[in-house]
Amino acid sequence: MATYLVKVFISYRKGVLDPQGVAVEKAAHQLGFTKVRNVRVGKYVTMEIEADSPEEVKREIEEMAKKFLVNPVIEEYTYEIEEVKR
Amino acid sequence: MKFGIPVYPGSNCDRDVGWVVEKVLGHEAVYLWHGERDLKGVDCVIVPGGFSYGDYLRPGAMAKLSPVTEAICEFAERGGLVMGICNGFQILLETGLLPGAMLPNKTLSFICKFVHLRIENDQTPFTSLYRKGEVVRIPIAHAEGNYTCPPETLKEIEENGQVVLRYSSPSGEVSEEFNPNGSLNNIAGICNRRGNVFGLMPHPERASEAILGSTDGLKMFQSIVEGVVRA
Repeated sequence: MATYLVKVFISYRKGVLDPQGVAVEKAAHQLGFTKVRNVRVGKYVTMEIEADSPEEVKREIEEMAKKFLVNPVIEEYTYEIEEVKR
Repeated sequence: MKFGIPVYPGSNCDRDVGWVVEKVLGHEAVYLWHGERDLKGVDCVIVPGGFSYGDYLRPGAMAKLSPVTEAICEFAERGGLVMGICNGFQILLETGLLPGAMLPNKTLSFICKFVHLRIENDQTPFTSLYRKGEVVRIPIAHAEGNYTCPPETLKEIEENGQVVLRYSSPSGEVSEEFNPNGSLNNIAGICNRRGNVFGLMPHPERASEAILGSTDGLKMFQSIVEGVVRA
């Protein structure tokens, strides 16, 4: 059994209007960051999972995403897994 | 008849709905605690507004996992009448009983005001006492009521008459000018294909007594009663 740190990045799917992203982009332009484009604001979730292998972590996280962590109608996600060395 | 009102941690319109059911309509209201699965033999479930579980993760995302919500889903699948108001609507979307999802309002602000709504479908158990095209005045109070869904879903719900309410002008004109939150096609309320599950962002329980400034929401509750009592 090992401990794995999982970092989940959740954002709105392509094509879904992100009102926060639009507001942040406007603010960036007002401040002179005129080259900024396509700002998207999302969520960042970290968690630790006890498992025998990264594959098991992968299964857990994808099951969790399907059940409630992500709403597939509007959101998509990616994740990273790393073993925690204590 | 007997109305069931689930109560989640953070629900705050449960008593308002209960008040309308008991004091205004003269029917029975039972509160259903989120941790219980027993719907106590109710004839209709009204999922109230509020901020269930603090709206953590997404509005309704936590509440959909509650035992009472599972029981409500089974009730709906058996044909039971379920109406979700505001956060209740968001919960029904999360469960998948209704199609689509909510985004933050295009204004990025919490909007609390009276709006006008055009009745688009008067054939549902929740709107049978209205007339199609009628305009009603009912308040909204939400930060995430910007309804969205994939284009194919939108086409389907439009063609099936599942769009029940649209934000409009006082005379019934539907345009971007009268869209408070950015909702697709000015959608304020939808039902499922079968018509027994209905969700809306406006609060009819806040427009069911003259002292509150409008009684336009009362017919939603009366429609339910009419349908159940007649059957």
